Amino acid sequence: MHGSHTTGSPYAPHTDDETAAMLEAVDVDSVEDLFDIPDEVRFDGAFDIDARTERETRQLVGSILDRNDDLVELLGRGHYGYYIPSLVDHLADRSEFLTSYTQYQPEVSQGFLQALFEYQSLLVELTGLAVANCSMYDAATALGEAATLADRTRKTSGHRVLVPDILREGRRSTLENYVAGTDLEIETYATAASTVDVSALESQLAEDVVMVYAENPTVRGAIEERLSEIGGLAADADALFVLGSDPVALSLLQKPSDVGADVVVGDASVLGLPTSYGMGLGLFATDERFLRQVPGRLVGASEDATDRRAFTLTLQTREQHIRRERATSNICTNQAWVALRSAIHAATLGPSGLVELAARDVTRAESLAERVDDLVGVKAPVDDRRHIREFVARIDQPARPIADDLADRGFAVHVVGDHEIQVCVAGVDDETLEEFVAAFTEVTR
Amino acid sequence: MSDDRSENGNDNGGGHANGNGYDQARWTRNGQYEPLLSEKNQTRVEIGTDVDSPLPDELTRDDLELPELSEPELARHYTRLSQMIYGIDSGPYPLGSCTMKYNPKFTEDVAALPSAAVHPDRDPESVQGTLEVLARLQDYLGRIGGMDAVTLQPPAGAAGEFVGIRVAAAYHEHNGEGHRHEVIIPESAHGTNFATAALGGYDVVSLPSDDAGRVDLEALEAALSEDTAALMLTNPNTLGLFERDITEIAEMVHDVGGLLYYDGANLNALLGRARPGDMGFDVMHYNVHKTFATPHGGGGPGAGPVGVVEDLAPFLPAPRVRAVDGDGRDEGDSNATPSKYELFDPEHTIGQVHGYQGNWLVLVKAFAYIARLGDEGLTDASAKAVLNANYLASQVDYEVPYGPFHHEFVASAGEQDAADVAKRMLDYGVHPPTTKWPEIVSGALMTEPTEIESKSTLDTLANAFNAVAGEDSETLEAAPERTTARRIDQTSAARNPRLSWHALTGGEEDGERET
Repeated sequence: MHGSHTTGSPYAPHTDDETAAMLEAVDVDSVEDLFDIPDEVRFDGAFDIDARTERETRQLVGSILDRNDDLVELLGRGHYGYYIPSLVDHLADRSEFLTSYTQYQPEVSQGFLQALFEYQSLLVELTGLAVANCSMYDAATALGEAATLADRTRKTSGHRVLVPDILREGRRSTLENYVAGTDLEIETYATAASTVDVSALESQLAEDVVMVYAENPTVRGAIEERLSEIGGLAADADALFVLGSDPVALSLLQKPSDVGADVVVGDASVLGLPTSYGMGLGLFATDERFLRQVPGRLVGASEDATDRRAFTLTLQTREQHIRRERATSNICTNQAWVALRSAIHAATLGPSGLVELAARDVTRAESLAERVDDLVGVKAPVDDRRHIREFVARIDQPARPIADDLADRGFAVHVVGDHEIQVCVAGVDDETLEEFVAAFTEVTR
Repeated sequence: MSDDRSENGNDNGGGHANGNGYDQARWTRNGQYEPLLSEKNQTRVEIGTDVDSPLPDELTRDDLELPELSEPELARHYTRLSQMIYGIDSGPYPLGSCTMKYNPKFTEDVAALPSAAVHPDRDPESVQGTLEVLARLQDYLGRIGGMDAVTLQPPAGAAGEFVGIRVAAAYHEHNGEGHRHEVIIPESAHGTNFATAALGGYDVVSLPSDDAGRVDLEALEAALSEDTAALMLTNPNTLGLFERDITEIAEMVHDVGGLLYYDGANLNALLGRARPGDMGFDVMHYNVHKTFATPHGGGGPGAGPVGVVEDLAPFLPAPRVRAVDGDGRDEGDSNATPSKYELFDPEHTIGQVHGYQGNWLVLVKAFAYIARLGDEGLTDASAKAVLNANYLASQVDYEVPYGPFHHEFVASAGEQDAADVAKRMLDYGVHPPTTKWPEIVSGALMTEPTEIESKSTLDTLANAFNAVAGEDSETLEAAPERTTARRIDQTSAARNPRLSWHALTGGEEDGERET
């Protein structure tokens, strides 16, 4: 043992007597005798990490996190801070949900399987696509998985994947890593007015394109007005049409199945998680014809020995623990508990609440844009599109110092260009938005 | 509650030889288990009619049909569902290779601090607390694994493997050795290793075990070549055995210019006893939801940080966190001026493998766990994990063909079917081991009790194993009886996929549908 005295793990319940009895049962003198480690690789040093009481540890973490400035975040671009109803925390924190694992024994896991089945059903309703898995890590990795699905199922010998030039760098970069093992090449197409430049996209489309990716809303908060055309163009080229969105936007905007989407990806933790420094929940839904190519876990209904309906993980021959290097993905541990949270949050809202939330995100974003547009030297939004949650404003002054001045007044906004900031209303109450307008007025004066 | 307890042969625990057991909650209505939300209510909302829309019709969907239930109804729904789940807090959960240890409650509280809820696009200057937690966790993990640099971005173990493979690829490419196209993996490895190598575009070379259950050095010699990009190894391996020849293995891999990858799934066996970095591994992942006790959450989220030796650090995902001033190791020195932290892109970075910085809320729990236990706690955790596995194995009637094992052992179900053994164990109020894998043991019962079980709980587990060992196949095939659901028909689920409540309403009539 290391250190002058050993207090041990606070979560190992052994008394000295029990330890002695167990050592006797396995016929060794010391626990160290159980480690079959050659001397040359034995570790004789120390980590130099102090043990702490629970209270001290909470104080430590609390005091470190107190170094985070307490700012009102008017931030979005794919990660949102909606109000999370107390019900979500209290139910999801029930320890059976938290402390169980993947449902390898479905007979003792019916509750979680049912919750995940309900989550899948929510996504099927929102996307209009027949199959939704019970989670990927986040939107970026779901996009990567969509590309590998396109690779496996392509109808042509092509290798081009088209993504918008305004795609978030994190998503683009993750996608690049996911296709590194294929011959796919990522190529951007132009956007105009914060949305797809359809004629630019059309000019790039050819038979060698295997996937077209678009987002609705776009990362700049704009709502696409020509989605069906984009879907049609992709279909004409025999390319997979992959659409990025999220459960709140999907509650109001066009249903993906109505615009020809073959796969929907995105971040479903828009519901269920507060801002979490980017932790997410990868949404992945697709058409029934790709059922056997879906990455990740699927929950299905079946029957038990009493002929009652029961749930189980199914079609597992797609997965790594069965199919190994021929699996549809390497994912094992996923974001199941976040999916549970997302499903509970959606259930608390119900269909009217979901549509109303999205509708308010449109009216509140657009009315904030109008207010800001009234300021001298500010144009908002910069494009002539409709918006949900967020929009980009152009300011005559350099954007960075303006953002810094806003931070000094307690507000965080995105800087997206030398003279562009992006502002998001999701999760921010009306009174705070008034204060923001006042602060913005001061800093642009 | 249902009235079918007698038909289930359920007599409240007295029916078993050892008197141990339980009856899992089972909510039923109209002869079925707890109804789906959609069976409790379905409300169709027409957009523009039932709810005002600010958008023109052509930009919106027509309607949305979902359950509309009150908060009390939802509280009951999810409470009932939770009662029909077995978790670590319900009883022992010795699922081999998964390290199902107790998840300290206080870590939930620190992750729920309002100050932890920050947006990833915040100016780094304004989230110094978050960056400090990340920097300190990187430092902790580096020390624990003997690694020079750590990224926290991978959101799960398999994602960590993928980072390792991508880093290896970038490293070889950088050195003009992009032709290396093979990754060697022992047959007994986790399925994710094979899938990850394939995702990275590598050809998988499968390596047989020797008679003792370890890497066969002759087979390894034959497999290694100038085409070798990496060898992925778990140590102790999935049989719980330490790869005693690890130094020689590392030399052999390095001699041909390959890299050695450590799968951290079994790190709980080694804390404070041995470090992958000291064994010659170049790159490793940590499963914080295993070794560092963050909750498994019904399948996730986890986190799979990756540590590397100095030569590989320039290839790690971007961005990483570092201290700008101070030494970044504020440990134990409360008077030190806190370091300032920044994000930076490693020189030859592979880019990102997650849209942001990974599973932050999981990472903060892992940090809290390590800070709570310290050297003494971590070292003791491994000691007790290994003691528990050895003690339990000594009490179990099933044969354990390979040893000496560490934190887990793989017993053989012998003439019995391992899957049936697992189903029957459920009736004794314990979660069964991982079954039928690794395949090197016939009828594998892969058992990892972790350090958190007391001797008395281990005795209960042993009794469950042994009671089942003495039962006939008829009893096993009829199991489980006392769980929420009885044995579930896997074939029906796969042959007639019903993956949403939409598929249930029409699906009962066209039961022949196959895809």
